[in-house]
Amino acid sequence: MTALLVLEDGRVFAGTPYGAVGETFGEMVFNTGMTGYQETLTDPSYHRQIVAMTAPHIGNTGVNEDDPESGKVWVAGYVVREPSRIPSNWRSTRTLDDYLRDQGVVGIAMRGTRALTRHLRERGAMRAGVFSGPSLAPVAELVERVRLSPGMEGADLAKEVSTAEPYVVEARGTRRFKVAAVDLGIKAMTPQRMAERGCEVHVLPASATAADILALEPDGVFFSNGPGDPATADYAVEALRGVLGEGVPFFGICFGNQILGRALDLGTYKLRYGHRGVNQPVQDRRTGKVEISAHNHGFAVRAPLDGPFATPYGRAEVSHVNLNDECVEGLRLLDRPAFSVQYHPEAAAGPHDAAYLFDEFCELMERRRERASGAQGVLDPASERSGATGNTADEMGAQGA
Amino acid sequence: MPKRTDIRSIMVIGSGPIVIGQACEFDYSGTQACRVLRAEGFRVILVNSNPATIMTDPEFADATYVEPITPDIVEKIIAKERPDALLPTLGGQTALNTAVALHEAGVLEKYGVELIGANFDAIQAGENRERFKEIVAKVAAEQRLNAESARSVVCHTMDECLRGAEELGYPVVVRPSFTMGGVGSGFAHDESDLRRIAGAGLDASPTTEVLLEESILGWKEYELEVMRDRNDNVVIVCSIENIDPMGVHTGDSVTVAPALTLTDREYQNMRDVAIAVIREVGVDTGGCNIQFAVDPDTGRMIVIEMNPRVSRSSALASKATGFPIAKIAAKLAIGYTLDEVPNDITKETPASFEPSLDYIVVKVPRFAFEKFAGADQTLTTHMKSVGEVMAIGRSFPEALQKALRSMEKKESSFTWAGEPGDLSELLSACRTPHDGRLRTMQQAIRAGASPEQLFEATRIDPWFVDQLYAIDEVARSIDGLDGESLATAKRHGFSDAQIAEILGAEEGAVRASRHALGLRPVYNTVDTCAAEFAARTPYLYSTYDEETEVPYGDRPKVIILGSGPNRIGQGIEFDYACVHASFELARAGYETVMVNCNPETVSTDYDTSDRLYFEPLTLEDVLEVVHAEQETGPVVGVIVQLGGQTPLGLAQALKDAGVPVVGTSPESIHLAEERGAFGQVLAEAGLPAPKFGTARTVAEAQAVAAEIGYPVLVRPSYVLGGAGMAIVYDDDTLRTYMSKASTDHPVLIDRFLDDAIEIDVDALFDGEELYLGGVMEHIEEAGIHSGDSACALPPITLGGFDIKRIRAATEAIARGVGVRGLLNVQYAMAAGVLYVLEANPRASRTVPFVSKATAVPLAKAAARVMLGATIAELRAEGMLPATGDGGTLPLDAPIAVKEAVLPFNRFRGVDTVLGPEMRSTGEVMGIDEFFGTAFAKSQAAAYGPLPTKGRAFVSVANKDKRAVIFPVKALADLGFEILATEGTAEVLRRNGVRAKIVRKQSDGTGPDGEPTIVRRIHDGEVDLIVNTPFGSPGQSGPRLDGYEIRTAAVLRGIACVTTVQGLAAAVQGIQHIVRGDVGVRSLQEHARRLKE
Repeated sequence: MTALLVLEDGRVFAGTPYGAVGETFGEMVFNTGMTGYQETLTDPSYHRQIVAMTAPHIGNTGVNEDDPESGKVWVAGYVVREPSRIPSNWRSTRTLDDYLRDQGVVGIAMRGTRALTRHLRERGAMRAGVFSGPSLAPVAELVERVRLSPGMEGADLAKEVSTAEPYVVEARGTRRFKVAAVDLGIKAMTPQRMAERGCEVHVLPASATAADILALEPDGVFFSNGPGDPATADYAVEALRGVLGEGVPFFGICFGNQILGRALDLGTYKLRYGHRGVNQPVQDRRTGKVEISAHNHGFAVRAPLDGPFATPYGRAEVSHVNLNDECVEGLRLLDRPAFSVQYHPEAAAGPHDAAYLFDEFCELMERRRERASGAQGVLDPASERSGATGNTADEMGAQGA
Repeated sequence: MPKRTDIRSIMVIGSGPIVIGQACEFDYSGTQACRVLRAEGFRVILVNSNPATIMTDPEFADATYVEPITPDIVEKIIAKERPDALLPTLGGQTALNTAVALHEAGVLEKYGVELIGANFDAIQAGENRERFKEIVAKVAAEQRLNAESARSVVCHTMDECLRGAEELGYPVVVRPSFTMGGVGSGFAHDESDLRRIAGAGLDASPTTEVLLEESILGWKEYELEVMRDRNDNVVIVCSIENIDPMGVHTGDSVTVAPALTLTDREYQNMRDVAIAVIREVGVDTGGCNIQFAVDPDTGRMIVIEMNPRVSRSSALASKATGFPIAKIAAKLAIGYTLDEVPNDITKETPASFEPSLDYIVVKVPRFAFEKFAGADQTLTTHMKSVGEVMAIGRSFPEALQKALRSMEKKESSFTWAGEPGDLSELLSACRTPHDGRLRTMQQAIRAGASPEQLFEATRIDPWFVDQLYAIDEVARSIDGLDGESLATAKRHGFSDAQIAEILGAEEGAVRASRHALGLRPVYNTVDTCAAEFAARTPYLYSTYDEETEVPYGDRPKVIILGSGPNRIGQGIEFDYACVHASFELARAGYETVMVNCNPETVSTDYDTSDRLYFEPLTLEDVLEVVHAEQETGPVVGVIVQLGGQTPLGLAQALKDAGVPVVGTSPESIHLAEERGAFGQVLAEAGLPAPKFGTARTVAEAQAVAAEIGYPVLVRPSYVLGGAGMAIVYDDDTLRTYMSKASTDHPVLIDRFLDDAIEIDVDALFDGEELYLGGVMEHIEEAGIHSGDSACALPPITLGGFDIKRIRAATEAIARGVGVRGLLNVQYAMAAGVLYVLEANPRASRTVPFVSKATAVPLAKAAARVMLGATIAELRAEGMLPATGDGGTLPLDAPIAVKEAVLPFNRFRGVDTVLGPEMRSTGEVMGIDEFFGTAFAKSQAAAYGPLPTKGRAFVSVANKDKRAVIFPVKALADLGFEILATEGTAEVLRRNGVRAKIVRKQSDGTGPDGEPTIVRRIHDGEVDLIVNTPFGSPGQSGPRLDGYEIRTAAVLRGIACVTTVQGLAAAVQGIQHIVRGDVGVRSLQEHARRLKE
């Protein structure tokens, strides 16, 4: 049995079918994580992408009930080198191969995953197709089919992956905050991370407007990760502007970070081949500390790295930067309670080094509540130097310089 | 945070001799550290007693002290050099323990030396098991992590141990505190086990403390390599999974990187725990490792232990990922943070990241049980392996099979030849962890075992078991030399030899077909990032994958073949020679290419050579590397002479395949190795050799022995390290030996020269001129393998006339054999006659020792000679002295004594008497103006300081009785109380030595409860033991008495001298210590004196 991976530039890799047989199209990307394939497969941000795993052995721990990040597999296609013949893990309930087949995910097992990665590294992300069984045809024809498939730039995909109806994730323990979370492709772990900090999370569809959001009277608003080109998500930008205008604490992750960037009138751009993996060094510019973080982004925000800059919502600054390529990894408003990161503090898969950002979001909400209740009167920056939050504009300016 | 400027000089402590559990990985880490510190402008003061290391090359430190790593000697060095800081985390447990001792003695405070890279609280917290348990409990509770410690009890006495075991229930694990490599640990299944293991453990622990633990036998075992900087950035460099589940020491387990059977949730929990623990322990900066056990049925995770220092696993992790842990640990110790250190491999990204692997790494340990008759071969928590190999492949089967063939033992690789054996016997063998268990499992698969049966027998994770089935299926599918099945087999790591065996074909035919099909490996880069970024550092491995990444170059290339896994007889000394060749040839303008598979070494550091191939050293793998290099530029030579027997064994086949082997030709090598041909060379040169003959049968052997006379030295031909050698005194023993000997090769029978002085020579020959590198005189008499015997350089009893004869003989042999490069000759001087014992036209074990003792880089010079330089040219360049050589050292030259280090404390029940079969794992050097002091230093470095007072016990063979009178009298004069067995005491008393009679073990306890000598040794009442063996091995009577005495000495760690010559040297040493004139001097100072 043969399967072919065909790239839009004409490069072809041969292998055997893995998962479902048939054909699929998407943007070809690679992921360098050595663990967490189940989380990766179910991450909605991978919608319309064919994901190649650089780690050779995939499927070793099978598939379990606890680890999916959403209700289905989102990747458009899956490329692995050595599919596991058996699953071995105390939590496993089935094999990955079966799972992919049930979900109709067309995949390929092929020798040249490293050659593919090197190719993408040198030439950038591109469209691709995986073909097997009845879909096989002469290569020239397959390349043509790939070239006719839609690309990622200009793709508005958040609405395709978002929840249709709002739902609520209950707080664990005492309810401290109510968070309105706009699902642009949210991963299951994100509301969990908030819930375990006492947030009751109201997850809203991507189409939620500022009015919809504010109608919940939330303590804080969250915009999630998601697939597609941020340049297309005008509706989300509008909604966020409405939230920022009200001064409600805001936290964004990934796509949410790009939406904040756009709301601040910053541009976004497509990276040559993106960051996808769980080993990226991100530096928190306030402390100089480095977090090893989970990434999954093909687009990034363009923002000045050399200090605070002006926005319609006051001054902002780049709070986090990727040490590998100086890519902007976080934004923070200095005069309003809003921040976001390009990477994944909720991890799943990946390290938990950035989990503190959820605490910071809770602190923003806490502080706003205190201010609203008038108990603390005016915010006194000098008294809030402990922890990673509470930096005033002046402090930030000094450190950013 | 940039580099610290408040310190200027740093002391680095090495790990001393190679021993089981602490091998050349610390040469690798120490060398990296020294290089980094010097490059950063610090003055580096190094202490290491091991001359075979790269780190003790004078060019790696400003002051290199090859001195014993004992607190008092290190204090002397501190007093002399006054370093600002001490970096103790790169020299294994030896360095860490020494630092703790110096701290506790107030030495560091007295001299204002700051400890960097570690702090005492962290060392104590990491190593004190009770505190460590509290730490694990604390972080698990505070951060809601799934982590706990095994239930356990700390004990300081045997009574506490017995009570503790009752509480926990048998079996229990016994772990002594503060020992390295798991010395003294083991599983106790019942009370008698417990008494034995815990008793030894209490003795082995410097704090007389052992921990008893609930058994987690059979759980999955993992290890994380962690780095932290002073800004509290933490990265996990590598995860390692042990294929052998809990119960086998990590050093003895087959391991794989990265971990392959964890979900992300489980892995991240482990990562969180590791980070939380090292923060809580307070490891300041640097590398450390932390081990975990996971219950395969529930996921319950136990934190086993952590090491707050660079370890053997760190070396493995560095090689497995391309992340140089030791180098970065050194940078962090001097103040940098991870984000300030660039990743060498990508150049563009920082070291503050976690490597991602797109390949699989397998490590397999190498054992030497064949050297230790009587040793228990079951693998336990007590490390027994002497070396290891690592292999890289794009899949587990490929990496595993490459690793198994890297072992260079035929029986290591999987085989489908012959009958697999009986299933139930194979399954029952699988239950006991042993060397080669994976192969036993593979045979069981052939015999029809089910995966469930194998899992049940081994508790090895079903995923790994399944991979063995995958390999077996591929083997069964190999049906011919054309096309798909061959390609599939190669992708699963099958060697041409394995395929040939399966098909009943010749290896060469398989290779020819494969090449005809264009089926060759490609070389992928170890790049730390799974190809996400372009790699600048060429560190390559072969795989049957898509694209090759070998860069083109036009400089002439030299390929150096390394020495493979460390084993007894072939260790770090050969790596030293290879590394030197690489450094020197790079300097001379060649592009250097290293091939080796030993992850512990400096040669497999990616910045030692211009290019590193991490590959097995088999003909197939080497030919492919040569081909790949020839495809990308001119290869002017392949060096086989420096890596010991491993590459030497390939010489002829490489030459036959058209590979340009440089240096001594394979034909010349054969001339020296083959007895008849070599005899001819000697005869032509008029050099006497002991009478000898060869035999294949008992009758032939007895005829030869009758002709040349007993005693005879018998050995198989073509061996290194004296494997299978014995000295035979009578017909009966000869018959036993011959009946056990293999019939493949004839047995060599030499006249054994009793009472001869043995002499070792290392020389360099360019075809015209001979450079005598050094003449070493053995301290023990002939008959003890040169690798195991102590020797002195310059020779202490040979005169100018003798040296002249030795020079002439060596030159005649070099010329007769046709040497180009290094030559090692062993001589025996008996009754004024110089006999030639053997000649080896290659780098010998003693090359680094000679180089350090005489301050001449012999291996570098040899590499140049092999590539065509003459000795005259090297003299003109200044690499060799302008005039003279190692045979013309000035009379006031320092005397260097090499002493071997033996692993008897690892192999209970093995006799410690030395013989012609080499059993040492490593060596030390003592260097001083006077022989006595140099000898005392060598003993202190190898076994601990010689005693200067107390009780000496003497029991010697009749033939030695006259010779011991004088030295024993000297001991008595020094104030020792002399104990002796009856016969020895009688002789001593007649000669005016007041010797007290003690009972032999065979006498039993006396009527009034007088203890035997063995009991007294166990009770710590004896400080020095002099016992020369007599009688035949294995018999009862005096020989057995001696055996029990020596075994007790090993267990108690008491100095034990087993030769008369050794005693004389020891007495001189004690006299020097008593006089208090033991000083310290760096190699650089010695070299300056030699050059004056």
